[in-house]
Amino acid sequence: MRRFFERTSLTDIVMFVIGGSLVALVIIGSAATLISGKYGSREWFNFIVYGVALGGIYAVIAIGYTMVYGILRMINFAHSEVFMSGPLTAYFLADAWGRSGFLDQNPVLGLLVIFALAMAVSTMVAVLLERIAYRPLRFAPRLVPLITAIGASFFLQYFFRGLYGANIKVYPEMAVLKTNVQLGAYSIQYVQILVIVAAAIMMGGLQLFIQNTRTGKAMRAVSEDKQTAALMGIDVDQIIVITFIIGGALAGAAGVLYALMFKQVGFLMGFIPGIKAFTAAVLGGIGNVPGAMVGGLFLGLAESVGPNLFLDGLGIPAPYQLKDAIAFTMLVLVLIFRPTGILGETLAQKKA
Amino acid sequence: MSQSPTNRPVALSTALGAGVRIGLIGGIIAVSIALIGMLQAFATRDIISSVVSMSQILLLITFFGCAYMAVTRSGSTQPIFALITGALTGLVSSVLVVALVGLGSVVRLGDMFINATDQLYELLTFKQGLVTGSLYLMGLGLATGVAAAVIYRLPSKARQPVVTAIVGVVAFGLLQDLIRVTLSVWEALTPALKFLYKANGLSIAGAVTLFVLIAAISYIRATRGNQIQSGLNGLPPASRKTLRWAFILIGIVIVLLLPVFLGLYLSDVLDFVGLYLLMGLGLNIVVGFAGLLDLGYVAFYAIGAYTVGILTSPEHATGIIHNWWLALPFGVLAAVCAGVILGIPVLKMRGDYLAIVTLGFGEIIRLLALSDFLKPWEGGAQGIQGIPSPDIGPIRFVQQQLTLPLLGKLQFTPSQQFFYLFLGGCLLVIFIATRVKGSRLGRAWMAVREDEDVAQAMGINLVATKLMAFGMGASFGGLAGAIFASKLQSVYPHSFNFLVSINVLCIIIIGGMGSIPGVVVGALALVGLPELLREVGDYRYLFYGGVLVVMMLTRPEGLWPEATRRRELHEEAEPAEAGPALAGGTTVK
Repeated sequence: MRRFFERTSLTDIVMFVIGGSLVALVIIGSAATLISGKYGSREWFNFIVYGVALGGIYAVIAIGYTMVYGILRMINFAHSEVFMSGPLTAYFLADAWGRSGFLDQNPVLGLLVIFALAMAVSTMVAVLLERIAYRPLRFAPRLVPLITAIGASFFLQYFFRGLYGANIKVYPEMAVLKTNVQLGAYSIQYVQILVIVAAAIMMGGLQLFIQNTRTGKAMRAVSEDKQTAALMGIDVDQIIVITFIIGGALAGAAGVLYALMFKQVGFLMGFIPGIKAFTAAVLGGIGNVPGAMVGGLFLGLAESVGPNLFLDGLGIPAPYQLKDAIAFTMLVLVLIFRPTGILGETLAQKKA
Repeated sequence: MSQSPTNRPVALSTALGAGVRIGLIGGIIAVSIALIGMLQAFATRDIISSVVSMSQILLLITFFGCAYMAVTRSGSTQPIFALITGALTGLVSSVLVVALVGLGSVVRLGDMFINATDQLYELLTFKQGLVTGSLYLMGLGLATGVAAAVIYRLPSKARQPVVTAIVGVVAFGLLQDLIRVTLSVWEALTPALKFLYKANGLSIAGAVTLFVLIAAISYIRATRGNQIQSGLNGLPPASRKTLRWAFILIGIVIVLLLPVFLGLYLSDVLDFVGLYLLMGLGLNIVVGFAGLLDLGYVAFYAIGAYTVGILTSPEHATGIIHNWWLALPFGVLAAVCAGVILGIPVLKMRGDYLAIVTLGFGEIIRLLALSDFLKPWEGGAQGIQGIPSPDIGPIRFVQQQLTLPLLGKLQFTPSQQFFYLFLGGCLLVIFIATRVKGSRLGRAWMAVREDEDVAQAMGINLVATKLMAFGMGASFGGLAGAIFASKLQSVYPHSFNFLVSINVLCIIIIGGMGSIPGVVVGALALVGLPELLREVGDYRYLFYGGVLVVMMLTRPEGLWPEATRRRELHEEAEPAEAGPALAGGTTVK
């Protein structure tokens, strides 16, 4: 008992008081909402499906953050702009095809081409970013690449604003995606199915790639220890480029999914999803690819269910306005209580 | 490199290769500049009236820079190869721009690229039509490339004055508003101004005169500078002291009279510089001294502003204090508390995690201010109005007429009066920061910045040290927020977005992390300059982002680095006296 008091300092106590009171609020709020019975099972089902779809998108973006962090130990702050560049460029194709009716006649082919275009543009941006901004700084002090990434993020945002204009662009509606599927009493929109399935395919494919191919093995080796990997004959530069290519392509695809779900794209669209995806990566344990997936889903669910579940119960008006605040608060809580994340790989001092 | 005949083809092919490669990069940059609309935005401002506009200067700088780089890279010792490389680079770059115009005349690029309009093509072809204009453009590229090669080959004694003079003329053209407004206070200077400037930009005669003048001064400085310096050093210490005091006095008088010279708009700009300087100095403590990267600094600024607003606004039930000065300490105190509360959970985090958590904290504060949840207290999107001015008894911050000796009657607007408040705040904060920096605490911060574990092993209490950094940094932010609230007489959540944090961060990084004069330079350069060039407006953050990246790649220590850090990065011996003397000069700026 005495040793317990000796070990815990005042700051630990304050941290646990802050964290504990937040957790208590969540429990009280959830209980109040559930008792009041304001939402029926159909509403909850909708919240959950929406949350899973959103979480899938976050997870796919988060993979880009987590892979780069795993290898370079830096937050690629400009990843949110990699995410934005693809769908924003592909908008012009989608819009033209939407007008001509091509998209409604050949939805599969049309969507595939749009995905390919967006992924190509995002990949290009990611590779250029690595080549121009990050590679020369690989051995610089830690703050230097982070600041570079922040600078690159702003540069890209306003570069694309200059190219395509500041207005928000609306993706064309596709009749197929708008229809609902009935599952007994519940209904799901096709868009949400598409998003969930596409995200699952991408994540599964990536997992297979990393675990089963030679390149994947090399990537794991580089993220473990760059010097040793180089001694084993792995071309570290090439592996880093491949990491950026995969991250960029996934971000571009996630961007199109995001655009299909929310219909709107613009030069600032990357900022909030980017931060949340990073949060998801931290939630799951940064540097850990399955962790990013779990973290993304968790965050998506917290964001869609959370405001209605616990904020509503606390009597807060317009709880949806605070959904972003929930995400950030969760980030802080995770870092306080479990800095290694949900699927925390041992995050030694070397990494954190 | 020896120049035996067998080497020639090799040298030629390197020269050609460098030319084409860097020329392509230059062309891509030029096309990008054109497509993001910078050229059109800058076309309205002439550097030399109806001869050269700012957009043409931008293109020329791109061509010139790339050609110069190509010549440097190819490293050929023979003048003819340098010329070939330069010319080829310029030509290739301009050919890419011509290709853009050509493509634009066939395909409707405007559907996708919002700035690819006929106006742009006219600009690029000098309104001469496609064929003639393209020839003009390619000729220009070629000439710029050759000029770059020639300047590269010049002896450095001649090169430096020429480059300085060109930069000087461009600067005079860019800052025409500032120079005109400031100098028009003295009527004696009107003829000189009339000679220098036409309605829009420098006159040709003025530009030539300036060029010659600046080149001559630069040449004299390069050749005779040491003599003057040694002459000054040769003076007896007493008269050197008086000379220094005289300069300081003149500086003080100029600073005190600045709002009078600058007029309404520029005083407003100066107020903003002051505001960001306050925040920059605060963030400099957290990031620069203690090495804790804080991306949510705007939160403290917001908390300072909102606390003062809630306490003083007559529209609020809580608006119980009607004097801004009495509310000020509460604003600062609230910011300090927020700083410490944020500091506790992040004590154990380093670098990247810290950055993202503080960013989240900043966003939470803004989202809370914006939400309906706290609307009864913070007013939601409508904010808080009716915050009083910082009146002290009879001194009131309203429109006033003053009569000053030598200068006559003057209108004195609140923004001009707020300058003195900002000046006072900045001086106070600079004083505190300078004193703290050398103290035990300041040295502890720097030890933590360099290596946390070693610092702890040396007996530094990490918790207290870090919390002091957060608290003190936050207090400056709170002060800035309180003054800002009073200047605007209202607070809105939209004034406190993430971009403010980034702005402040840019200031301290550009200026030099941990360096107090650096923050001053950074605030003047990043907040002052873009306001003077209003065309920059939309491209401000593009420019900031680019500068951050370039700075980190080429000069990570900043424009005006701390003496120790500069010595760390550049080993050569520095005159020990330069540091403090220069630092004294900046507060006067």
